[in-house]
This record gives sequence, structure tokens and C-alpha cells, in this order.
Amino acid sequence: MLKFALAGNPNCGKTTLFNALTGSTAHVGNWPGVTVDKREGVYKKGSVPVSVVDLPGIYSLSPYTPEELIARNFILEEKPDCVINIVDATNLERNLYLTTQLLEMDVPVVVALNMMDAVRKKGDALDSARLEKELGVPVAEISALRGEGIGDLMQCAYKAAQKKREGSSVLAHSSLSHLLADVTIALRGEGISHPLFHAVKLAEGDEEEVKAHPQQMQTVRAFQKQCAGEEFAGDLEAQIADARYKYITARFSAVLTRSAKPNTLSGSDKADRVLTHRIWGIPLFLVILFGIFHLTFGEDLFYLNAIFKIGFDVETGNDILNSFVAVFFSSAGVSSPGVILFNLMDFVCSLAGDGIANGVSAAGAAAWAQGLVNDGIWAGVSGVLSFIPQILFLFLLLSILEDSGYMARVAFILDRAFRKFGLSGRAFIPMIMGFGCSVPAAVNTRTLADEKERIMTNRVIPFFTCGAKAPILAAVCGAIAAQYAGINADLLVFALYLFGMAMAVLSVAVMRQTTMRGEVAPFIMELPAYHLPQFRSLMVHLWDKLKHYVQKAFTIIVASSVVIWFLSNFAWNWQMVEIQNSILYDIGAFVQWVCTPMGFGVQLGQFGWVFVVAAVTGLIAKENVISTFYVLAPAIGALIPGWDDGESGIGPVVALMEATGITWQGLVAFTVFNMLTIPCFAAAATVRGETPKGKFRYTVAFWMLTSYFTATAVYLVLSWWWTAFILLALAALFVAYIILRGRRAACRMRCGAEK
Amino acid sequence: MEKKLSEFSRGERGVVLRIEGEGRVRRRIFDMGVTPGAEILLRKLAPLGDPVEVTVRGYELTLRKSEAACVTMEVL
Repeated sequence: MLKFALAGNPNCGKTTLFNALTGSTAHVGNWPGVTVDKREGVYKKGSVPVSVVDLPGIYSLSPYTPEELIARNFILEEKPDCVINIVDATNLERNLYLTTQLLEMDVPVVVALNMMDAVRKKGDALDSARLEKELGVPVAEISALRGEGIGDLMQCAYKAAQKKREGSSVLAHSSLSHLLADVTIALRGEGISHPLFHAVKLAEGDEEEVKAHPQQMQTVRAFQKQCAGEEFAGDLEAQIADARYKYITARFSAVLTRSAKPNTLSGSDKADRVLTHRIWGIPLFLVILFGIFHLTFGEDLFYLNAIFKIGFDVETGNDILNSFVAVFFSSAGVSSPGVILFNLMDFVCSLAGDGIANGVSAAGAAAWAQGLVNDGIWAGVSGVLSFIPQILFLFLLLSILEDSGYMARVAFILDRAFRKFGLSGRAFIPMIMGFGCSVPAAVNTRTLADEKERIMTNRVIPFFTCGAKAPILAAVCGAIAAQYAGINADLLVFALYLFGMAMAVLSVAVMRQTTMRGEVAPFIMELPAYHLPQFRSLMVHLWDKLKHYVQKAFTIIVASSVVIWFLSNFAWNWQMVEIQNSILYDIGAFVQWVCTPMGFGVQLGQFGWVFVVAAVTGLIAKENVISTFYVLAPAIGALIPGWDDGESGIGPVVALMEATGITWQGLVAFTVFNMLTIPCFAAAATVRGETPKGKFRYTVAFWMLTSYFTATAVYLVLSWWWTAFILLALAALFVAYIILRGRRAACRMRCGAEK
Repeated sequence: MEKKLSEFSRGERGVVLRIEGEGRVRRRIFDMGVTPGAEILLRKLAPLGDPVEVTVRGYELTLRKSEAACVTMEVL
């Protein structure tokens, strides 16, 4: 099968074209660099099917970030039959810069001129026939968004793929032409493919090329010495970049005719005036963030009930009708969209659960089989399923932020604040994505250029409470609010989210002073124009996520639930027993003491260990924490006099938490431990892949130690306020030690320099 | 008049004369279209005064003042 690669700048509509070509479910975003790995699909509408690869967006073939390296190596090593270079017609100059580099490779290239509709709308004109003549490769006008011109583009690409193409450079007429010709011939003699491309990169002083071709580098060095007195004084890197842009401006200002219309403020500019306002920019960001969580988790929409006291419980004669009405409206007020989704799904799940329970008992299954199905499998799975719509809603809101281009602005307004702690604003983008799920967030760190920044970001991404941890917060805060009147569950959840973010920032600051010393990574980034998110791309995001969660619910969660159910219902001699004689009870009691400093250990009496077990299963997947409670609730509830499982929703979990007699301080510490510890197997494996070899064990150690000690500190301070002074004193000692050590290191460096 | 890009105030316009600095950052600045002869308009400062947002070659670019200090401009 023929193989075409899509290459282009970030944000040029590449992924939109990929979706239009393959109908596949690739991820589309609107901040630079959202395609973080190459995606493959098949184009079937042509005469023969072609495989299409969507490469990460790149500005240049001199790699700056790891994902740019992926794109470059793909074209060099995997030898696509044709490279389709998508060029954003509204931003011609910078896009053609990459084109001039692609043309140097020995590969057929077709230029797809995207967003022509936007150019025409502005009243500008673009002469694509002339562009084709200047570049020497076919040019096709398309609109990826509307699917226009795609058939023609693929026809061009088919035709181009039939013929071999030799690289050509815009530098052929510059003073470098002889040098490039000499090196190209020498490289071709060695049998190296893409000789012209390598020759140019060698002249630019590209580190990898210099290592690979030391002999030819001598030719380059000799040439550099010759031109010492000239304009660029042998600075070939600057000279080449300059020559490319000069070539582009000289030839293509004729191609593009701008309309005579005076420059008016575009919609994007107007939006930016507000969103990146000097005073309102940052408060607005915080309001937007709070708004997202309020719309997802708020029990009392816009605090209408708190202000106007509008809530009441609707009582009709019918129980099912009552609980259906409570989905939308209750004594707590009007539910937010996220809570409505949760309630609805929970309503459906409880109806289905009743159906399953009736079905199993009607089929005459044995007691143990009924228990396995109802309490083992269904309790665990439904606990996870009922949260999925709510989590997807959170994901939808985050995707809107991402696709609209606002995320890049967040990086812009927060860079200064983040720099104090040793991170660039850019690193904040994958972190915010972490609120949805740590896995794509960790993959996204490939857009960061600096290795240390990448490692640190990967380590703290889990501190941005992901969708799977949200149920833990909801349940715990619900339990606390149920025990203590006057505590608002909503605000408590938000406070815990903020606490996670604060821990992330603090951890980075500490790492910067200890193991990850160094300058803050540079911040040079495009701010793409805002646009309304596309419905299709949003659905693609959600569909990906839905698949992920449902898969997890029916694999990992089912397996874990069954194991937990088995261990909690059987004794060491394989006899079915009450929970206090079960295997799990013994194991729990054995390891319980480890958690004593965090407030959910031996002080909890006979069922305290359920928290330990929940936390341990949570290391596999965070959904397990809640599903473990669901699985254990019936068994433990049977032993507690006056047990009321609250019937639906997180009721059983809250009831179980209360029944164990855990204090609110212990509950908060339990949540903190879960927020900061090993996120889940999937995320841990991704982080492992995104960080350099050998660093992963330190990352795991970092998660374990941070979560354990922070949860301990939280428990101590909340229980006995004066312990805060002791902890602060210890922290001060630690900081003093770091500062002293830093001074000594700096002094040593200075002395070394003097010698 | 020569001036560093980092010393520009809001709404000021200029042409790039040369770019100092070294290594990958300088390379990236070139790649993003900030090369000698390019016209740059300083559009705004971030809420905390840094980084800056500029228009170059028809698009919006943001960079820190410390990076903008490598860019020497001729004020228009």
C-alpha cells in the first residue's frame, strides 16, 4: 500500500485534514502541538487505498522538541511515498519556511494550501498557480474544515508518488551553493539517502549531523573560516535561516495580494483584550476554572439555594418518580449539568442492578454466585459506570478550552508566576490536561523542549486531580459534609483541587533546588487565533475517553472487584465466611499499622483496614478506590447495627465511611494520599515512556514518599493544630539546608573557575 | 535608532537587525520567523509584565523578555 505523510506547522489544520481523509478518530486541538504522536489511517475514496500518517506539527526540521524529532525521523527513515505539506494560507511566510526544508529531501512533496476560504473572506487573493511554479511541486487549494478540494489533492499526491523526486534547495543560488554541492556529492558517494538535506543540516551545525558525518564537517569548517569577513561571519545557521526567509518574502509577496482594507480588530483580538487583560486576565482564569468544576460537581447550581432557599424534596406517591425528580432538583437546590448526568446514570444503574439481582435469584443461582454477581462484579462496575457521564462532561469542558485556543493564553498569562517556581508557562498546559486524565497529559509533555522540565512535569501531572479521582473527592467531601453541618462539600472539593495544584508547584520548586537544578526552560510559543471548537473534534475527544473508561470498567475494575469480593468472603481454608474471618480482614489488619500516621490505620478499630485496602487497589486504577467501598459495603453493613446504605449514589460509600468511625481529618488525609500517590498503572506506564531511562524508579519513589508524608502532615495538622509549628520548623530546617548546600555548590563552581 | 526587543513598549514597531545568543533557543527564534529584516510589532505584555506578545510575519508569537533581549531592533 502507498504511504502518504501529512507534515506541517502546528495548528495548520493538519489533523482536521487527517480526519477528513481517514474518517478516523484522531485528536484535534487548537494549541500548538496537539498531535503528540503520529497517527495512521486509511484513505479509501481514491482508486487505490493509501495509508495516511499524521505527523506531529513542526516549525522546522531542526528538532527542538521530542515530537519534532519524531516527525523528522519518520520522513527520513520510514520513507513515505509522498509528503503532503499542509500550508496555512493565512500565515504563508512561516509555513513556507518548513516547506523550503521539506523540499531538500529526496521525496515527492505536494503542497496543500489550507484555509483558502479564510484568505478570500479577508478579501485577499493568493495566486496558487504562481506558487506552484516557484516551488516546483504541485500545489492544491483545500479547505480541510469543509472538506473542499480533498479529492484533487489526493489525485496530485497519487501522481507525484509515481515519480522519484530529487531534493532541491532555495540556497542553490546563494553564496553557499558550492559548499552544499560539494558536501552533497560526497554524501551521495557514501550512499547516504537525502544527501542534500543532510548537507544543509550539516552546514547549520545540527548536533546529530555533526556527529554522524565528521569528515564532511571539516569541509564545512574550512568554508566557515573563509567567510570570516563577510556579513554573517561564518555563522551559517543564521545565514541559512535568513536566506530561507529572504527567499520566501522576495518571491511570495507577489503571490499574496492583501486587500486594501485597513486592519480592523478581528474577533480573536477582541477576545484577547478581555481574556489576557492586564488586571482581569488571571482572576478570569480562576473564575473559568472554578466555573468548570462548579458545572461538573455543583449540587447547588449557581448557589441559588444558598442565596434564595429554593430547594425542597419533591414528594409524590411514587418512589421511582421521586428519585427521578431528585435527579434534577432536591432540597440542595438545582443540580448542575454534571451532577444531573451522574444522578441519571446512577438512577439507570440502580434500576439495572435491581434487575440483575432479581434475574440471578430467579435463575436459582447459589448464594455465593448471587453474591459474586451482585456484590462482586456489579457493585464494583456500576460504581465506576455511574461516574462516567460526569467525568466525560468535565472532559468536554476542558476540551473546549483546549480547542478554542485559550490554553495557549493560559500559558502566556501564567508564565511569569510559574517561572518563580522553576517551570515555564508552557508546562502548565499538560498539567491542566491532567484534570481530565494523566495519560494524554503525560504524552503531551513531548511538546516541552527541556528534559528536566519534562521530567518534573510528568512527576506532578498526577497531582492535578484526574477524572477518576474525582469520585473519591466527591464521596469523601460528601461524607464530611454529611457529618458536619456547615461544611460545603463543593468548596471542600475545590479546596482539595487547589491543594493538589499547590503541591505540584511546591514539588517543582523543591526539585529545582535539589535534583533538577538548572535554568527555567525558554518560552517561545505561537498564540493561535481563537476559534469556535468544532463539534466533530469535541465528539472525537469524548468518544476516545468513553472507550477508555468503559474498557477499564469491564477489565481492570471487574477483575479487581472480583478479587476483593473473593478475599473478603472467603477464609484461608476456602470456606465462605463472614468478613471478620476473611482473608482480606487478616491482610488488612496486618498492614494497617503502616497507615496509622495518616489517620486511617489502627486507630479505626475493626474495619479501619478497608481504607488501606481501597488505597492499595487504587494504585492499580483510581476507580478501584470507590469500587472497593461498593464491594465491601454490603458485607460490613451486615455487621453494623442500624446500618443504612443510603440506597443510591454514593450513599453506601458515605455510610461505610461513617460506620468505620474515621474522623474527618483521617478522611482528608486519605484523599490526599490518593491524590498524590502512584496515579494508576496506565499513567505510570505512560510516564515511564515519556521520561529518560533510569528516572522512573525515582519518580515512583517520589510519588510514594510525597503522598505518605503529605498525608501524614495533613492528618497531624488538622487533628492537632500546634503540630503545624513542629512541621514548619522541620520545613525551615530543610530549606536552610538546601540554601546552604546551594551556596556551597555555587562557591565550589566559582573556585573551580578561578583555578 | 537601535533598541532591544525587550525594551519595546506596547504598540512599538521595528525591524530585526540581528540576533545574539546561542544554541537551540537562537535556532528556535530563527525558525519562528524572527530573522533580520522581519518587521515586529509589540502587541502587549502579559498580566504580570512578562512574557510579551508580538506580531511577526502575520501571526502572534509570545516570548519572554529574557529571550527578546537577544533580538536587536531598528525602531520604526
